Amino acid sequence: MDVLLEAEALSKHFGSFKAVDGISLSVKKGEVLGFLGPNGAGKTTTMKMLTGFLSPTSGSARVCGDVVTTGNVAARKRIGYLPEGAPLYGDMTVRAFLCFIAESHAIPKIEILDVVESAAGAVRLMDVMEQRIETLSKGFRRRVGLAAAILHAPDVLILDEPTDGLDPNQKHEVRRLIEAMSFGRAIIISTHILEEVDALCHRAVIINKGRVVADGTPSELRARSRYRNAVTMLLPQEMAEKAASAIKVIRMVERVEAASEGANMRLTIVPRGNCEIADQIGDIAAVSNWQVSQFSVDPGRLDDVFRQVTEGAQ
Amino acid sequence: MMASVLTVFRRELRSYFETPVAYVFLVIYLVLQGLFTFYVGQFYGREQADLAPFFAYQPWLYLFLMPAIAMRLWAEDRRSGTFELLLTLPIPLGAIVLGKYLAAVAFAAIALLLTFPIWITVCWLGDPDNGVIITGYVGSLLLASSYLAVGAALSATTKNQVVAFILSVAVCFLFLVSGLPMVLDAVSAWAPDEIVLVVANLSFLSHFNNLQKGVVSLADILYFAAVIGLWLWINGMVIESKREAG
Repeated sequence: MDVLLEAEALSKHFGSFKAVDGISLSVKKGEVLGFLGPNGAGKTTTMKMLTGFLSPTSGSARVCGDVVTTGNVAARKRIGYLPEGAPLYGDMTVRAFLCFIAESHAIPKIEILDVVESAAGAVRLMDVMEQRIETLSKGFRRRVGLAAAILHAPDVLILDEPTDGLDPNQKHEVRRLIEAMSFGRAIIISTHILEEVDALCHRAVIINKGRVVADGTPSELRARSRYRNAVTMLLPQEMAEKAASAIKVIRMVERVEAASEGANMRLTIVPRGNCEIADQIGDIAAVSNWQVSQFSVDPGRLDDVFRQVTEGAQ
Repeated sequence: MMASVLTVFRRELRSYFETPVAYVFLVIYLVLQGLFTFYVGQFYGREQADLAPFFAYQPWLYLFLMPAIAMRLWAEDRRSGTFELLLTLPIPLGAIVLGKYLAAVAFAAIALLLTFPIWITVCWLGDPDNGVIITGYVGSLLLASSYLAVGAALSATTKNQVVAFILSVAVCFLFLVSGLPMVLDAVSAWAPDEIVLVVANLSFLSHFNNLQKGVVSLADILYFAAVIGLWLWINGMVIESKREAG
């Protein structure tokens, strides 16, 4: 069984509002899937159906082949879930909370201490085990949530915005932890932070208004960007205007974007139909002696693709 | 199932004592219980070796104290988001409902047990009928459990503990006064006797009073069991509907 998490035409309607409208996806063992979409696109609702918190209006979710329902306790044992905002019992100590989670997974009493210790060790919580959760910083609380999600060694991890509200260092830390957890598991992470996808995900699904609008590896998605193969170069202010007008006449160039940077100017040359123009531009630049100080070819931009598929659909 | 109930029960009961609220509550309860027994109930003045004045005011005392115990059971989880955490753990919903409820009952039982000095007092001063006292305590706990079942279910309807408290007091009040003459008179003015009897029997009060007299009848026990069962079932229904509403 390679596919551990599967959603088939999952839909959730609240009255006449279709929060989720036929989403299908699958996550394989060892894969980290980024689940993207603008706020209100249906990410959280989808995750709530994947974990059996909400029952779908139609369609189904399966974990290791077992259909997830609000009453299927066995399926829930195979899932580790970090709900949005990582809600925790603030009045408990970290140890008491993790023991409670372990007990609820029916882990035998003699193993509970070991399981809790190793989960806490994995997310480096050992120093705060006896502290009340409400006294911890946001980063530590998120780690407690992660420890709770992984302590029963689930096959599937479902993390709803695991890095939301954390500072850049904490974000990096949480990403590193998730990466370490991905071995032998299927992980799905919802986020609206695009850098996350590059940093972490093997594949990304973008949804908008409850429907899947894009599905592919980060590079595949990036390739759909208007900026793919665009050439960006930095050159002195006085050269820029001359260069821009020289480039514009090239047939393969769609447009030239300019942004000033101190004494220099950054020109972004967007090709027609994403064709490769780097060589040509490079040749012209060398011949015309534009004094180019930086020169790069854009592999495509995720944020651009994200906007394209989520705004363009409107 | 049993193990899951215990897991939830232990967490919930412990969380009562994690904050000073539990101790404040116990002190207030014991002080009020003492006031009612000795001043309002004339425990000494009656010169009788029983606990009648101790139990007599409990329906009214519990009317406010039991909703205070129950109000946080679900409202707090719904406010803080742990509702979602709890319902996605591999614990059946029934076990969560039962575990939380039993924790509240256990807390009420602890409060009730802490009134033991009054029993010692009455034993020291006279020679009471301990059978009546035991059924009195059993009736008292059953009454408290019924209030708590109402309070637990209504706690699930809202994210606000104060709203949960007020709702529970209001509903418990209806269950309480339906046995009082003023309500029964109003009903008997227009309804046939059967309806009056039904309304009177719906009251916590009439069944509670039977047990205070030392009369243990199956009907009274069944009544409390039915009330508790019904409200636990409502509790589960409310959770299901709130879960779907997100």
